[in-house]
Amino acid sequence: MINTMECAVDAQSLISISLRKIHNSRTQRGGIKLHKNLLVSYVLRNARQVYMNEKYAEIYRMQQYEEVMTVCNEIQELNPLDLMEDCEEQTGDCCGSANESASLCGALLPVSHQAPSVQHIQPSSACSVPLALQNEEVCKAPDPSFYRSCCAEAYPVSNCDFSPVNNMHCNKTTVLDLDTHVVTTVENGYLHQDCCASLQQCCQGAQSPAKKRKLDFGYYVSEIEEVPDFTPCKRAKFEDSSYVSTEHLDTSNISNLISIFGSGFTGLVSRQADLEQALNGQFCSKQALASLGAWTRAIVAF
Amino acid sequence: MWSSCWTYSLNLSSVPGDGDSQSRWCLSQVKGAVDDDVAEADIISAVEFNHSGELLATGDRGGRIVIFQQEQESKNLPQCHAEYNVYSTFQSHEPEFDYLKSLEIEEKINKIRWLPQKNAAHFLLSTNDKTIKLWKISERDKRPEGYNLKEEDGRYRHPSSLTTLRVPVFQPMDLMVEASPRRVYANAHTYHINSISVNSDNETYLSADDLRINLWHLDFTDRSFNIVDIKPANMEELTEVITASEFHPLQCNTFVYGSSKGSVRLCDMRASALCDQHSKLFEEPEDPSTRSFFSEIISSISDVKFSHSGRYMMTRDYLTLKIWDLHMESRPVEIYQVHGYLRSKLCSLYENDCIFDKFECCWRGDDSEVMTGSYNNFFRMFDRDAQRDATLEATWENGSPGCPLKTWRVSAGSRRKRNEIGVDCLDFSRKILYTSWHPQDNIVALATVNNLYIFQEKLN
Repeated sequence: MINTMECAVDAQSLISISLRKIHNSRTQRGGIKLHKNLLVSYVLRNARQVYMNEKYAEIYRMQQYEEVMTVCNEIQELNPLDLMEDCEEQTGDCCGSANESASLCGALLPVSHQAPSVQHIQPSSACSVPLALQNEEVCKAPDPSFYRSCCAEAYPVSNCDFSPVNNMHCNKTTVLDLDTHVVTTVENGYLHQDCCASLQQCCQGAQSPAKKRKLDFGYYVSEIEEVPDFTPCKRAKFEDSSYVSTEHLDTSNISNLISIFGSGFTGLVSRQADLEQALNGQFCSKQALASLGAWTRAIVAF
Repeated sequence: MWSSCWTYSLNLSSVPGDGDSQSRWCLSQVKGAVDDDVAEADIISAVEFNHSGELLATGDRGGRIVIFQQEQESKNLPQCHAEYNVYSTFQSHEPEFDYLKSLEIEEKINKIRWLPQKNAAHFLLSTNDKTIKLWKISERDKRPEGYNLKEEDGRYRHPSSLTTLRVPVFQPMDLMVEASPRRVYANAHTYHINSISVNSDNETYLSADDLRINLWHLDFTDRSFNIVDIKPANMEELTEVITASEFHPLQCNTFVYGSSKGSVRLCDMRASALCDQHSKLFEEPEDPSTRSFFSEIISSISDVKFSHSGRYMMTRDYLTLKIWDLHMESRPVEIYQVHGYLRSKLCSLYENDCIFDKFECCWRGDDSEVMTGSYNNFFRMFDRDAQRDATLEATWENGSPGCPLKTWRVSAGSRRKRNEIGVDCLDFSRKILYTSWHPQDNIVALATVNNLYIFQEKLN
C-alpha cells in the first residue's frame, strides 16, 4: 500500500529520487534498462525546469529589488522624509502580512542585509526572501494553480515565457506563493498570456494596484525596464552561487554520475535550449547549459 | 512450482446476485503455488494462448516455460471447457554473462509467440533480453523395442552372443511430451528485446529491441535483416525508444511499432528495405491541461495489438487503452480509462517504480471486447459494442468457484461499501501485467505475480 501522504511533490525531491533511480539501475540485474532510464531522465528534466524557473524567479526579483533599492537610496538623499515614510509604510504592510503567503515581505529591508542572503537563497522563510517588490495585493490563484503538486494537475507549461529579459512585454513583477507554489506575474497590470490561462480573474484584480504602483514610482519602473541590460553578469553569478549552496543538491552524487555515465541525453537539452534561453534570458549561458546537462545525464552504457 | 495446482469443480447452479454488479465471468482455475513467499524465479512474465486455444504457454523470470493443454473431454462440454492441465515444462533460457560488457543477461522470458500449427508438433518462439529460441513441442507415445545389440535396460550385448536377429518394433508407451530447441537466434540485438511477432507468411518474424527491429527467417539463425533503426548518431540526442512491435495479422508487409513517446508508427516493408520512414504515424496530441512531471512516462506505449480483423489496433499506456482505426492517424476512435484514479497518485507510483509497469492488453476473438490488467489483482474488461466496462478481481479467496465474479468499483475516498474499495487501499504489489484471450472461446488467462488464473464466460 502506498503511503500517499509521503509523496514528494516538489521538484528538488523528484530530482534526488530520479538521480537515485539512475544510480541504482547500474547495479540492477540484466544491465541498464535504456527505456526506464530515458523516462527517468524526462522526469529529471521536468523537475529541473520547475526548479530552475522557481530559482530564476527568485533571483530576478532579488535583482529587481536591488536595483530599486539602489535608486531608492539615491533618492533618499534628496528627499529623505518622503521616501522613508513610503518605505516604512510598505515594510509595515509587508511584514504585517508576512505570514500570509500571498504577500512576501523582506522586499524593503536594507540592501546590505539582503546582499548575503542573495548569495544563499533558502526557500524557507517567507520573510527573508524578497519576492514581492511591490506591496500589491498578490492574487492568490484559485485552483487550478499555476505550479501544482507534481502528481496531478497543471504543470507549468513549458513554453511559457515569463522571462523579463527576453520579452520586454513580459512580467515586471513576479510573486511566488511559497505555500501553494503559485507564481503569478503581473506585467504592467496584465498577467502574461501563457501563464494565466486559468488566472484570468486574478489578472483583473491585480491590475489596479500595479497600475497605481506604476504611477507612483514611474521612475522605478523605468529603472526596472533597464534592468535587463545589467542582468547577464549578475545572473550568472547568482546561478552559480545558489546552485552550489543549496543543500538539497547532492553534488557529489552528480559528479559521480557524470564520471560514470559520461554522455547523456543532452538531446533533451538541445530541444529545450531555445526554450530555456527564453526562460532564463542571458541566464542560460554555457554554464547553465553545462549544469543542465549534468542534471539530464542518464545512462549510456552501450 | 506447478505441483500444487488448484482446480475448482464448476458449479453450474445459477447464483442470484445483484443484476448490475454480476459479471458473466467465473473463475475456472488457478495455477501456481499458494504461499505468500514468492520466489523471484516463479514470477510469471509471459502468457499466450496458441492459435487453436488448445495450448496455453506461460513463461517466468526463471527462464522456464510451462505449457498447459485443454482437457479434451471438457473441450466438448461448453459449460466446462476451460480446464487446462500441465502439458510440458522446460527450461527455455538460462542466465548468461556478456563478458565483453560485464553484463549479466537475465533469463527472464519476455515474450512467447506460437507459430501456426503445420503438423503434429507445436512450435513456439520464446525470447529473453538477447536471444530468441524456436522450440518444438512434440508428443511421443511409442518407443522402439527389440534391439539386437542393446538390452532393454540399455546395456550392450556382445555381438558374439547373438544367435538370432530380430527387427525392432514400435510399442506403445506412456505419453511423453518433449520440448527441443530447434533454432537459436542470437547476437542480433544490442539492446533489450521487448517484442517478437510472427508474420502471417509463417516464414518470417520480427524481433524488436529499444532501438532496432530485425526481420528473421525462421529457418536461418545466422542472419537477420534490420528493418527499423532509430538509434541517433549521437546517443545524447536520444529522445524515444521502441517499446512494442507487431506484424499485421493479414498483410505480411505491414507492421507497427509503438514508442516511449506515445506514438505508433505503421511501416510497409514494400516501401523500402529500411523502414525508418513510417507510412503512418498514429499520435494523439497531448492535452496541455494534464501536463505533469510524469507526462512522458504515462504516455509511453507498453503494448500494441492488432485486432483479429486487422482493421483496428489497440495501444496500452499507463492509464488508458486506445483503439485506433488504421485509416485514421489523428486520434484514436475509442479511449478507455483503465484506472484514471491513479492520475493523482503518479508521484507515489514513481517513487515505488510502479509507474514503469508495462501492462499488456488483448482482444477477444471477435474483437468485440478488449481486456487489460491493473493493480490490486484487478483486471478490466471493455465491451466495445455495448460501451460497458467491468472491473473484476483475480482471487481465489472470495466467492465460490464457478459462480460469477462480482464487479468492483474504485472510489476516491477510503470508505468501503460492498465491492467498493478506496484508491488508498489498493495493493500495488499485486498487479496483472500479462493477459491472453482464447482465440475462439470466451476464456481468458491472466497472470498475477506468480499465479495463473483462467476465467471462462458463463453461458446462459
